[in-house]
Amino acid sequence: MNLPTLILALPLVGFLVALLVPRSSPRGSRIWALAISLATFAASLALPAVFDRGVPGPQLTLNVPWIATPDIHYHVAVDGVSLWLVLLSTFLTPICVLVSWRSIQNRVKEFFAFLLLLEFGLVGVFLAQDLFLFYVFWEVSLVPMYFLIGIWGHERRIYAAVKFFLFTMTGSVLMLAAIIYLYTRTQTFSYPAIVELIWSGRLTFAPGEQMLLFLAFFAAFAIKVPIFPLHTWLPDAHVEAPVAGSVMLASVMLKMGTYGILHFCLPLFPSAARTCAPWIVVLAIIGIVYGALVAMVQPNMKKLVAYSSVSHLGFVVLGIFTFTQMGLDGAVYQMLNHGISTGALFVFVGLLYERRHSLEISDYGGVATAAPWLATAFLVTTLASIGLPMLNNFVGEFLVLQGAAIANFKWAIYAAIGVILSACYMLWMYQRVFYGEVTEKVRRCVADLTPREWAVVIPLIAMMVWMGVYSQSFLPPVSRTTARVLEQTQVNVPFEVRVEHPPRVPAEAANAR
Amino acid sequence: MPANYGFNAADLIRFLPETILSVMGTLLMVLDPILHRRSSHAFGHLSMATLVAAIGGAVYAYTHAGPAFGGMLMVDGFATFFRVLVLVVGILTILPSYRFLARQDAETGEYHALLIFSIAGQSMMVAANDLIVVFIGLEISSIASYVLAGYFRDDKRSNEAALKYFLLGSFATAFFLYGVALIYGSTGSVNLTAARAAILGQGTGGTVPAPVFIGVAAALMFVGLGFKVSAAPFQIWAPDVYQGAPTPVAAFLSAGPKAAAFAVFLRIFMTAFEPIGGAWEPLVWFSALASMTIGNFAALMQTNIKRMLAYSSIAHAGYVLVALTARSQVGTAAAMFYLAAYALMNIGAFAAVSHLSGRGERYQNIEDFSGLGQKQPLTAAMLSIFLLSLIGVPLTGGFFGKFYIFKAALESHLVWLTVLGLLNSAVAAYYYLRILVMMYMHEPGEAVENAEPLSTGLRAALILPAIGTLLLGIFPGWVLEFAEKSAALVK
Repeated sequence: MNLPTLILALPLVGFLVALLVPRSSPRGSRIWALAISLATFAASLALPAVFDRGVPGPQLTLNVPWIATPDIHYHVAVDGVSLWLVLLSTFLTPICVLVSWRSIQNRVKEFFAFLLLLEFGLVGVFLAQDLFLFYVFWEVSLVPMYFLIGIWGHERRIYAAVKFFLFTMTGSVLMLAAIIYLYTRTQTFSYPAIVELIWSGRLTFAPGEQMLLFLAFFAAFAIKVPIFPLHTWLPDAHVEAPVAGSVMLASVMLKMGTYGILHFCLPLFPSAARTCAPWIVVLAIIGIVYGALVAMVQPNMKKLVAYSSVSHLGFVVLGIFTFTQMGLDGAVYQMLNHGISTGALFVFVGLLYERRHSLEISDYGGVATAAPWLATAFLVTTLASIGLPMLNNFVGEFLVLQGAAIANFKWAIYAAIGVILSACYMLWMYQRVFYGEVTEKVRRCVADLTPREWAVVIPLIAMMVWMGVYSQSFLPPVSRTTARVLEQTQVNVPFEVRVEHPPRVPAEAANAR
Repeated sequence: MPANYGFNAADLIRFLPETILSVMGTLLMVLDPILHRRSSHAFGHLSMATLVAAIGGAVYAYTHAGPAFGGMLMVDGFATFFRVLVLVVGILTILPSYRFLARQDAETGEYHALLIFSIAGQSMMVAANDLIVVFIGLEISSIASYVLAGYFRDDKRSNEAALKYFLLGSFATAFFLYGVALIYGSTGSVNLTAARAAILGQGTGGTVPAPVFIGVAAALMFVGLGFKVSAAPFQIWAPDVYQGAPTPVAAFLSAGPKAAAFAVFLRIFMTAFEPIGGAWEPLVWFSALASMTIGNFAALMQTNIKRMLAYSSIAHAGYVLVALTARSQVGTAAAMFYLAAYALMNIGAFAAVSHLSGRGERYQNIEDFSGLGQKQPLTAAMLSIFLLSLIGVPLTGGFFGKFYIFKAALESHLVWLTVLGLLNSAVAAYYYLRILVMMYMHEPGEAVENAEPLSTGLRAALILPAIGTLLLGIFPGWVLEFAEKSAALVK
C-alpha cells in the first residue's frame, strides 16, 4: 500500500470509528484516539526510512483519478519538506491526545473525533499534489479546528472561533478563484504538471495576471501564517483554544501557510514573488519586531506565546523571501523548530493552567520551588525558543539570518533585533513565573510532573536537543527540495544567487545539483 | 408549419409523470372526506407512493426520449433531470410534513393534493418546449403554492404570506405573459425551437424580427422568472412568504418552484434567446451580483431562522445566475448540479427547523437552536452537514456546486463576478456559523428542552438529504456527468 495514503487513511478511519464509540465511555474514546494516533505516528516513521534522499522532487506518489470532469485526481506524494511536516503532525497528535487526557471532561467523544479529523486534514494538506485536493484538505482542516476552539475553549471562545473561521475562509476563497483560473489555463489541477508547464516555458503569464494570481494565493497563506497585519485572529484563537487546539494550531496549522508559500507561491509565480519580495520582507520584519514587542508586555502567558509565534513565523517568511539556499533551508527548519518548541510551550502553559487555573503571569511565582522538574523542562524549552546554541531554534534562526545577510545585510540586522527581544520576553516571563517567593496557593496547587506528563514532555525535549545537535538528520532532504524550489524560481528571471561562503549544511545540496 | 393535433402512444408515455400526478392529485381530493376520519397518515403515504411512481414514470419516459405533442413537450435528459429533482423535492417535503401537520392537527388530503398539483405543474414546466405550455405549468405550480403558503387559515402570518405571494406572483406572471405575447407577435411562434430559428433569420417567414422586440420580450420574461427564483431586484417577497408559510411549505417553495423556474430560465435563455446572449448577459450579471450581495448581507442581520434561510436562498439564486451568466454548456451543467445540491441541503435545513419549531411554530429564532448538539446530537449533526454545505466547505455538494459554477464563470472570463461571488460566500459563512455556534457552543434552551424525539419521517427527512449532500460532495461525477450530457441537448 502507498505509504502516504496509509498515513492519511489511519486518522480518517480513526475519526469514523471514534464517532461510533458510545458516549458513555469517555475512556474508550481516549484510548482509541491514543491508539490510532500512535499507529499513525508509527506508520509515518517509516516515511524517512523509505524516502529516497537523492530525489529532490515528490516521491512515493499515488495518483488515481477521483472525479472525471473536471479532471481531479487523488494525487499524494512527499518531498523533502513535506516529509518532515507530516512527521511533525503525526508526532504532535498523540502528544495532544495525552495532554487532553484529563483536561477535557465534557463531550470527550466529539473532542477526540475532531482531533483525529484535524490530523487527517493537516496531513492531507502536506501530501496533496493536486491543487484541488489541496484546497479540499485546506478547508477540511478548518472545520475541526473551529469546533475545537468554539466548544472546548475559554470564555471568549465563540468570538475567537468565528473570527478564525472567517479570516481563513476569506483568504481561501481567493485562493480557490486562483486555482480555478489556473485550471482554465492549463486544464489540469496537477501541481507537478503545472510546474512542469511553467518550467518548460509552455505556460506563461502576463505580468499583471501573474501578480494577481500570486496575490490570491498569497492572501490565503499570509492569513494562515499569519503575516503582519493579518495576524489579529491568532492571539484570540490561541488564547481561547484548549491546549491541544493551541498546540495543533501553532505547531502545524500555521505551517500550512508557510508551506503553501514555499510550495506554491514561489514555483508557480516566480517573477511576481520576486517583485513582491522586498515588500513582504518588510512585513516579515515588522512582524518579527512587533510580535516580540507585544509579547513583552503581555500579562497572559498564552498570549505571550501567541505573539512570540507571530515573531517566529516572521523569521520563516523572511527566510523564504531571501531567495537564498540558506534562507530557504533555515525557513523550513525554523518551521519544524517552531512546531516543536512552541508546541512544547503551549503544553507547559496548559499544564500550569490545569494546576492553577490561571493564565495570568502575576498569579504565579516560585513555581520552581513547588515543581522543580516542571521548571527544568520549561527552562529547556524556553532556552530552545530563544535560540540557544545546541538547541533546535538556533540552527534555523542562524540559517535564516545568514540567508538574509546574503540577500540584504540590513534585513539581517533588523531581524536580529527580534532574536534579542525574544530572549528578553521569554526569560522575563520565566523569571516571573518560576522564581521569586512561592505563594501558598502555588505551593498547594502546582504539583510536579506526573508519569503521563513525562510521556508528553520527554519526546518534545528529546527532539529539541536532537534537532539542535545533529541537524544533519533532517536538513539534507530539505535542502535538496528547497534547492529545486530555488531553481524553479529562476524561471524567466535573470537573477543570480550569489553564495560567497557556501555553508556547511547546504553544501551537500549544492554538490548534488 | 402546420400544427399536429394528434398524439400517439409515445406521446402519452412521455407525459407519464404529469398524468400520474394529476390523476392521483384529483383522487386525493376525492378521498379527503372518505379517509379523513380513519387514518390521517394515509394521505401522506398515498402521496409518497404517487411521487415514487412518478419518478418511475419520469425514468420510463426518458427511455422514450423525444418531443411529444407536436413539439410542445421535449422529454430529454434535461427535462428528466429536473423532473426527478422536483419529485425528490416533493418526497423530502412530505417526509417532515407527517409530524409537522400532526402536531398542528392539520393532516388533510387537501394539503397533499395541492402539493402534488404544484409538483405536476413544475414537472410540466421543466419538460416544456413551448411558451404556452411553460405558462400553463407555471400557473398550475404557482396557484397551488399560493394556497399552500396560506394553508394555516387561522394564522395571520400564513395569510399574509399567501396574499403577498399571490399578488406579487400574479404580477410577475403577467410580465412573463407579455414576453410570450411579444415573442409570438414578432416570430410567429411560441415554440422555442421555432422562435430561435426565427431570431436567427432561418424561420419560415424568412425575415429577422426586430431585435428591440426580442430584447424587450427577453427582459419581460426575465422579470417574470426572476420573481419565481427570487433573484434581486425581484426578491422582496421571499422573506415574508417563507416566514409565514408552514415550514415544510417554505422548504418546498425554496427548492421546487425555484428549480423548475430555473429550468425554464435555462431552456428559454439558452435556446430561443441564445442568439442575443450579448444583450441579456449584463442584465443577468447585475442580477446575479445583486442577489448574492443583498441575500448575504441581509441574512447577516436576521434573528428568525426562516427569514435567514429565505435571504440565503436569495443569495443561492444569485450563484445559479452566475452560472447562467456564463452562457455556456458548462454553465448550464453547473446550474443543474447546483440546483440539485441546493435542493437537498436547503430542504434538509428546513426539515430541522420544522422539527424544532414545536406546536404553533413557536420556536423560529436562531437562539432556539442553542444546545441542540447536546440534546439531539443526530439532528444537530445532520443540520451541521447542511450548513457546512451551504457555506461551501469541501466534501459537500454545496462546495462542488459552487466550484463548478465559478469554474464555468471563469471559463467565460467573468473574473470579477467570480471574485465577488466567492467573497460573498465568505460573508455567508458568518450567518451559517451562528447556527453552528448556537447548536454546539451554548447550553440547551427552552426550545431544545421541549423538543420531541425525532419521528421516523423526520429522521428520514434529515438523513436522506444528508447522505445525498455528502455523496454529491465526494462523488459528484455521477450527477455531473448526466448534467453535462443533458446540458448539450438543451438547444
